[in-house]
Amino acid sequence: MERTTTVVVGAGHAGLAASHFLSERAIDHVVLERGDVANSWRRERWDSLRLLTPNWQSRLPGQPYDGSDPDGYMAMGEVVELIDRFAARTRAPVRTGTTVTSLRRTDDGYHVRTDQGEIACRTVVLASGACNRPSVPRLSEAVPGTVEQVTPFDYRGPDQLPDGGVLVVGASATGVQLAAELRRSGRPVILSTGEHVRMPRTYRGRDVLWWMDASGVWDQRHDEVPDLPRARRLGSPQLAGTPDRTSLDLNALTATGVELVGRSAAVRDGEMLFSGGLRAVVSLADLKMDRLLNTFDAWAATTGTDDEVKPAERFEPTRVPSATRLRLDLRGGEVATVVWATGFRPDYTWLDVPVVDEKGHLNHDGGVVLDSPGLYALGLPVLRRRKSTFIHGIEDDAREVVDHLSGHLARRH
Amino acid sequence: MTTIDGIDNGVNVQALLDAREALKGAPEAAQFTWRSTTRWENGVHSTTTVRNFFGLGAEQTHKAESTFTADHPEVFAAEDHGITPIEYLLVGLGSCLAAGVASVAQNRGIQLRSVEATLEGAHDIRGILGADSDVRNGFNGVKVTFNIDADASREDIEALVAQSQKRSAVFDALTNPTDVTVEVA
Repeated sequence: MERTTTVVVGAGHAGLAASHFLSERAIDHVVLERGDVANSWRRERWDSLRLLTPNWQSRLPGQPYDGSDPDGYMAMGEVVELIDRFAARTRAPVRTGTTVTSLRRTDDGYHVRTDQGEIACRTVVLASGACNRPSVPRLSEAVPGTVEQVTPFDYRGPDQLPDGGVLVVGASATGVQLAAELRRSGRPVILSTGEHVRMPRTYRGRDVLWWMDASGVWDQRHDEVPDLPRARRLGSPQLAGTPDRTSLDLNALTATGVELVGRSAAVRDGEMLFSGGLRAVVSLADLKMDRLLNTFDAWAATTGTDDEVKPAERFEPTRVPSATRLRLDLRGGEVATVVWATGFRPDYTWLDVPVVDEKGHLNHDGGVVLDSPGLYALGLPVLRRRKSTFIHGIEDDAREVVDHLSGHLARRH
Repeated sequence: MTTIDGIDNGVNVQALLDAREALKGAPEAAQFTWRSTTRWENGVHSTTTVRNFFGLGAEQTHKAESTFTADHPEVFAAEDHGITPIEYLLVGLGSCLAAGVASVAQNRGIQLRSVEATLEGAHDIRGILGADSDVRNGFNGVKVTFNIDADASREDIEALVAQSQKRSAVFDALTNPTDVTVEVA
């Protein structure tokens, strides 16, 4: 059987960054990839999607952004090109078209079975992504068959949906972006909104993600985050990487005619029932946004950055209609499609190692998988820091995780 | 009671935080059943008693039995021995949110001096009378207004109230559909 020291699963930004640091330490390894490099970015994204993060943040180890539009946002083709370029530059030993079908422990490491053969290794880095499958609530099963149901994995653009109204469920980044795009296509759109994270696209003249970076919010370590499980499952902020850098909050959506309703609570007798608690989640999001802006202002004041940015500003509270509807007849023809923008989850079904909890989350401490020496993870939300969720967060994470991995190998010799 | 920097709202937050940790690993112990028994008196007057409940894997008993009288007002041609059943929903919601405000304030180190919630439930009674089939039986809307005196900014007080809704059993029960089964024994 083939043997190597480390198997990296996944050739996205995370797996390739791991490979970069493994090569730096001359640790023998292979990167297994089910499809092509940057596979999810190639095949599992809708057509108009752009990164939320500005281009200057699209940096990888040893590869700063060197394009001409630092404040723009990459389209998917550009992300693929970025990651392809990194793979080529680091000469990562990627084996494309190789799907891992099982991973199990052995006496001296791990046994990796793939559709192209088997590999024995001492350490494994899971970099197969956080968004392998759309997460769709059980209540979808009760939606009448006359209504088309799509997930962000199926969705490519408005033209593909049947004519008629659309109910978009979920108001994180995906939900607000798809609601806006579908509304622009002329369709009536209802947006079902649970808890969400509101952010302005720009604040005091700078990209809000510049503030997250500069003020140090993103550098907060996982062991300093007050409620880590919550931080790790938090939906992505209501942002879109549009060239005009406008905010895509609920006010922006309702101004275009999108109708807000509460969280989708149940389907009963062909009717979708919505929570009457919309105002509560909206005021929580407004309060949390203001709290975040306060921390930015405090940081700007204490660091003398006030002169480099525009004056502090506050945004209009989210407008909620005096009465939102609590039910929608799904058989009445008002809505032809339900879009489930209800999040994503990783796929660990191929792991034959007991490292996943009952909710499907990997048990790990900063990317060091618990109770399974030699097993590591990269590329998950808030893995070691708040910025771990984003492409540029991988550099510090991958360096530190490979440090730990290298220490593990040394101890075993 | 627990004090954080001398803050005391009479809520033992540490016990609640400990329970949260303990129950994370023991979901079966977290399964509670609340019970009440309603006895019809006469007309639209009834008496409900509450004493026992199930939780932490065992039968539990309140320190004392509580009795609640429900009736309807004289404008409903009733004798008004007690409040209307739908008013008990306001009782439940107001007390649940107030408890939440106190707990969250304790956890955040905010000393409360007074908390008062005024609740209004808008009710079109044509629904229950069967006068208009387009009118629902229940509330059309509920409005809760908090007056809070505390050592905190308005923003912090608004955050207390928002968080208390997020963790309120009754707020959830009123704003989200609940499966209700009614049978004849």
